[in-house]
Amino acid sequence: MAAINRDDVAHLARLAHIEMSAEELDRMAGELAVIVDSVKSVSEAAGDDVPATSHPIPLTNVFRDDVVGHTFTAEQALSGAPDSDENRFKVPAILDEA
Amino acid sequence: MTEKNTSADTLIRLSAAQLAEKLRAGDVTAVEATQAHLDRISAVDGKVNAFLHVNAEEALAVAAEVDAIRAAGGAEAEALHYLAGVPIAVKDLIVTIGQPTTAGSKILEGWHSPYDATVVERLRAAKMPILGKTNLDEFAMGSSTEHSAYGPTRNPWDLDRIPGGSGGGSAAAVAAFEAPLALGTDTGGSIRQPGAVTGTVGVKPTYGSVSRYGAIAMASSLDQIGPVTRTVLDSALLHQVIGGHDPRDSTSLPEPLADLVAAAKTGNVEGLRIGIIKELHGEGYQAGVENRFNDALELLKEAGAEIVEVSCPNFQYALGAYYLIMPSEASSNLAKFDGVRYGLRVLPEEGPMTIERVMGATRAAGFGDEVKRRIILGTYALSAGYYDAYYGSAQKVRTLVQRDFEAAFAQADVLISPTAPTTAFPLGEKLDDPLAMYLNDVATIPANLAGVPGLSLPGGLADEDGLPVGIQLLAPAREDARLYRVGAVLESLLEAKWGGPLLAQAPDLADAATLETQEAK
Repeated sequence: MAAINRDDVAHLARLAHIEMSAEELDRMAGELAVIVDSVKSVSEAAGDDVPATSHPIPLTNVFRDDVVGHTFTAEQALSGAPDSDENRFKVPAILDEA
Repeated sequence: MTEKNTSADTLIRLSAAQLAEKLRAGDVTAVEATQAHLDRISAVDGKVNAFLHVNAEEALAVAAEVDAIRAAGGAEAEALHYLAGVPIAVKDLIVTIGQPTTAGSKILEGWHSPYDATVVERLRAAKMPILGKTNLDEFAMGSSTEHSAYGPTRNPWDLDRIPGGSGGGSAAAVAAFEAPLALGTDTGGSIRQPGAVTGTVGVKPTYGSVSRYGAIAMASSLDQIGPVTRTVLDSALLHQVIGGHDPRDSTSLPEPLADLVAAAKTGNVEGLRIGIIKELHGEGYQAGVENRFNDALELLKEAGAEIVEVSCPNFQYALGAYYLIMPSEASSNLAKFDGVRYGLRVLPEEGPMTIERVMGATRAAGFGDEVKRRIILGTYALSAGYYDAYYGSAQKVRTLVQRDFEAAFAQADVLISPTAPTTAFPLGEKLDDPLAMYLNDVATIPANLAGVPGLSLPGGLADEDGLPVGIQLLAPAREDARLYRVGAVLESLLEAKWGGPLLAQAPDLADAATLETQEAK
């Protein structure tokens, strides 16, 4: 598997919506390279015939009874929001002006 | 307190079961018991830093309610839960109405949940006063509590050492007699490893046997809430309060577990096959840890258990698989902290003020280094071109680990290993070396990958440093009762050898040097 480099980290940080300084990218790239190297062996552990496990104890068709339960008021739902207006979450512009 | 024959210092050292008996007998009131713990928090938590929030007013109100019901007698008093009036601390990853929930992160500073976690609802139904919220590594990511945005918790056995993590706050609170009981969460060992290094008991239940509703998710297929206590019986009692089916958690097991308290009271291990996992001791484990582990095996053998050796060859890949699966799930779970619906919002210092840039600035300021590392690692493992090699391979290893457990449990009823490879290390020692920090969880991670239950109990003190060593027991999924049966027997044999609980040997924090002098060393 390929090693992880500084450009990869910069790209991943953009995907994950985390701004990073140049110094942070350098440090993170070094640390992640060590970690990625240490988990390499995982890709060689299992053959093609081994199925993947996504859940330790799989349950299927889990439904609750179709009854009306507790719902939050708009006030409760907005109680932790950094900004709100007219019972709605208020956010900065979605589209770049440019 | 003066008119009662139980002093505050005695009260805080009782197990939850002993305290419950005294409450029922009328020897002590719930208000006195709760106040004694609040006083202890005031006296020692400046040194330990186990609590992020103390919930004195509500806790005393709940205690007073229990006392009033008991004083009035009648059907309502009869119906009180066995643990009614016994106070408890809650890891600050679990949401609570009326108290802040921070997850140890700046991004949730000051946030109040509009709902209670299911486990918290169950504590309230049992009328257990909630003393407060305990410290943790940010979003439960760490093995030392040093990744908390609110400063590290310190180990009551040595204030210069780590209390384990991520649930170091819950373990230290219980070890320092600030609470008889606490709740933790365990994704790769965050209940068991802190239990090991603080000389306390911690249980990761079978995946799905305790509802995760209201536990802020790190890795949803691995996370599990469980008890943090000073005795095995107390863990069984607490496990029964919080366990059972919850329709609000789609991974919640529909069928109940066997009676755990009865299992803890079984009192014998004759004829049980206890399997030593070849791969989880020996090389890489501290000599003192290995010695106490061997002592435990000797005691179990004398008590009539059959000791067998089992091999789990794929455990060598478990740590690697965990450090792919956990960050992958965490990167997805933590995407919701976007500065829109709750918590911090940070505006970029310059340039266009778009939502995307606000998210970037918010997450940069709100998350600590370890959280950022895991989000980036998870984003990497899930990205196109790497998914099969990383996440896909890790999920296959998960199958192999489950198969190893199946084979091992065909030969043994319960498996045994040291809980952690070393005793508590000094604060700061592994902070700049993430990989060294991750290795603490080498013995605890396989249980999370396979969903099986695990219990850590004190095994004694290591010869070379006099610090607590943890013994881990593992059982097949849904067979948590076996852990309590074997754990309680081993605990009583060890305590007979020590002449009392291990924590009786811990330094008295009231006399401990102040933090300032510790730091001046």
